[in-house]
Amino acid sequence: MHHLTPLSGFLGGALIGLASALLMLLTGRIAGISGIFGGLLPLRATDRGWRLAFIVGLIVAPLLAALGGASLPMPTMPTSYVVIAIAGLLVGVGTRMASGCTSGHGVCGTARLSTRSISATITFMIVAIAVVALTRHLGGS
Amino acid sequence: MPQLLAAFGCGLMFGAGLLISGMTQPDKVLGFLDIFGAWDATLAFVMAGAVIVTGLGFALARRRGTPMLASKLQWPTRHDIDAPLLTGAALFGIGWGLVGLCPGPAIVNLASFSLPVIVFVVAMAVGMLGFELWQQRASMRVAATAASATDG
Repeated sequence: MHHLTPLSGFLGGALIGLASALLMLLTGRIAGISGIFGGLLPLRATDRGWRLAFIVGLIVAPLLAALGGASLPMPTMPTSYVVIAIAGLLVGVGTRMASGCTSGHGVCGTARLSTRSISATITFMIVAIAVVALTRHLGGS
Repeated sequence: MPQLLAAFGCGLMFGAGLLISGMTQPDKVLGFLDIFGAWDATLAFVMAGAVIVTGLGFALARRRGTPMLASKLQWPTRHDIDAPLLTGAALFGIGWGLVGLCPGPAIVNLASFSLPVIVFVVAMAVGMLGFELWQQRASMRVAATAASATDG
């Protein structure tokens, strides 16, 4: 059971927005995580330096917070490694095929009022809602 | 070097935003996607905050014309809505709906050192690599047919 946390949600979102805005203002890059991460992998590697720096920043954030007394994140994951691996594969293939994910299309694309990004965002939202409806309300468990 | 520091700082801030918003917790994301259950609308507030601030920052960037630490602003250039965009978004949606993790929160959660998260991120990297490999093969085939067509 989860509760609505609108204030921390909005403030955290604003911080995500500030990071995306600053990345463009400072380096001229779009803060699309799947694109930044994908560009680190072989076959597609281009200017790895800033990409690696950004990804390291993402991982250091919870570690710094832990030093300050916060607890390390403990994500609730499905028990089946098969489900986890299939989901990871689909997220990898899908975000490369669509050239973006929740950050690149969802946040940056929507902020640019790009119809291409907004179409992608509506598509992955609707599909994800359908998957949750199927797994939680129709598939039992 | 200033570019690397800037990218690191932006990653740090982005990660902090994900943590504060609660979006690194898959069950909170799934709670948003579960519109037929006990719906948790938090993700909508996260998106609102992120899109408003990003929009303002982007408007400022356009007015300035050039970034402070690089030679040019690299805006995405495509506007078309094609089959790969929608198919890819749908595939991503399936994976996102199954676990409640998208690439950003998945990477931030690596700091939990939990095996399920590592498996997810490795599978994601394999999926990305697999897609690149498949695309390179496909474009080589196209080039080969084009070459044989001009030969013949």
